[in-house]
Amino acid sequence: MRYLDLLLLAPFVGLLWVPFYNLQAPALFGFPFFYWYQIAWVPLTSVIIWFVWKKGEHS
Amino acid sequence: MNGIPSSDWLAIAVFIFFFGVTIVLGTTVVHWRGKVSKGSAAPQPHGGEGTEDWGLGGRQFGAWVTWFLVGGDFYTAYTVIAVPALVYAVGAYGFFALPYTIVVYPFIFMVMPKLWKIAHANGYATAADIVRGRFGSRQLELACAFSGLIAVMPYIALQLIGIRTVIEALGMPGNISLIVAFLSLAAYTWLGGLHAPALTAFIKDIMIYIAVIAAVTIIPLHLGGYGAMFDAAAKVLPSPDGEHVLKAGQMMPYATLALSSALAAFLYPHTLTGILAAKSANTIRQNAVYLPIYTIVLGLIALLGFMAHAAGVDTKVSSLVVPLLFLKTFPDWFAGFAFAAIAIGALVPAAVMAIGAANLMTHNILPKKYETVNGSRVASFAVKLGALLCVLFLKADFAINLQLLGGVIILQTFPALILGITKIRLSAFSLLAGWIVGSVVGLSVCWMDGLKPVHPLGFGGSSELVSTGLIALVINLVVALAVNMVSVMISGKNKGTVAAQ
Repeated sequence: MRYLDLLLLAPFVGLLWVPFYNLQAPALFGFPFFYWYQIAWVPLTSVIIWFVWKKGEHS
Repeated sequence: MNGIPSSDWLAIAVFIFFFGVTIVLGTTVVHWRGKVSKGSAAPQPHGGEGTEDWGLGGRQFGAWVTWFLVGGDFYTAYTVIAVPALVYAVGAYGFFALPYTIVVYPFIFMVMPKLWKIAHANGYATAADIVRGRFGSRQLELACAFSGLIAVMPYIALQLIGIRTVIEALGMPGNISLIVAFLSLAAYTWLGGLHAPALTAFIKDIMIYIAVIAAVTIIPLHLGGYGAMFDAAAKVLPSPDGEHVLKAGQMMPYATLALSSALAAFLYPHTLTGILAAKSANTIRQNAVYLPIYTIVLGLIALLGFMAHAAGVDTKVSSLVVPLLFLKTFPDWFAGFAFAAIAIGALVPAAVMAIGAANLMTHNILPKKYETVNGSRVASFAVKLGALLCVLFLKADFAINLQLLGGVIILQTFPALILGITKIRLSAFSLLAGWIVGSVVGLSVCWMDGLKPVHPLGFGGSSELVSTGLIALVINLVVALAVNMVSVMISGKNKGTVAAQ
């Protein structure tokens, strides 16, 4: 369960290391990478939290 | 004022209708709530027994009510006005609200269920209650209570400014409307307690969703799609080069502001009130999964700043960007509807903020005999009156600056509240020392920088801007750890371990 909790750090790493996504390309539906990458983290974070919660309950 | 087009009676009528209905529903919530929600005990409108019901909704809000309440309270009307205004003024940098409102959820998921359990088991209603229970220190309790109070007051003022902005945009006189809005807010919280914002938050959210979804679909259609919108905005706010979006020097403040805002967000009295009013720890975990839906909406709201450029909105008053965009692109009746959504979107969080502040006053600052429903009502009224005076007699800029300082202040309660639930044991004395040094350093640095949220720090030769609140928090933690180590070495045993039990 401890190791599972580490998954919750993923959004911090993915979003707080800005050089990783400070890019125009590739664009998606007209959105530069910078914008759609961050918006994509929203559902991803929900799924991660849900996964950690449900897995943690069963173990 | 400021060249705002005066809109016709239809926009005003639509606005008054929606705003009025919400006020009436919230004010009369004690009369109809029992009939609508099944199984909940009838509230006591008068007398001293119902403080838990007035101030925390009886701690029985399920997943849906909590979702609307916390969402309505965290994503405020000020957000709808200020985030696009910042994006309009500075471009992509203003988007830091997005990573901020994403990383806050893993934090909530890990921390808040634990705080909720401690609060539920001991009947605590505020952060200061939890700290007092953990450390048995009156000084630390007062430090947290005053930090919360000082931080939340300018926040309420900003909500009132939000209401005034849309009322003025409708072409009505600002100050008179402001007093009407204030009286509505006062009646609404006085009679309804936390039930009023909780059960009217759904009206606010549905209206905001309708307004925002209409804006983010219809406006880009007019402008020729999102790609065209970004291109048009790039003409006004050019990117640093063809490849990047943020300038090199903006990345560090972007990340540190996102992190410090996320750490501070749920230390505020209003957000914590929403969390503690939940029915169970799992209600909070469930909300950590579903609340991010609001963040998608926030991302879309932020884009309104770019749409304003694409639609040719040209103003120096950044708070008018969204109202002007709506007036320019929507028919009058829909602009009235959207403005009502923003005004109600200010009312809901302002009510929760006043209630959270009142809980701090009656639980932690005033003597025990004031811990009654009427005591809380008077306290919440006093807090709102303070906020109203802020708005009437000080410039809007001043409220914004105060809110910035409030963010630095509230972040300094992080060690006492959050370390208290981990295995790290620090004494009350060392936490108090950290709090004092962190607050003093944070406030003076902010003041000397001319009220900017970031401060330059040297990193191996180059200088980077870092969130001042975060710098102060690190100093706070270092001082607390150092004082604790020294006192352990002197006394030979850890007082914190004793106090924690």
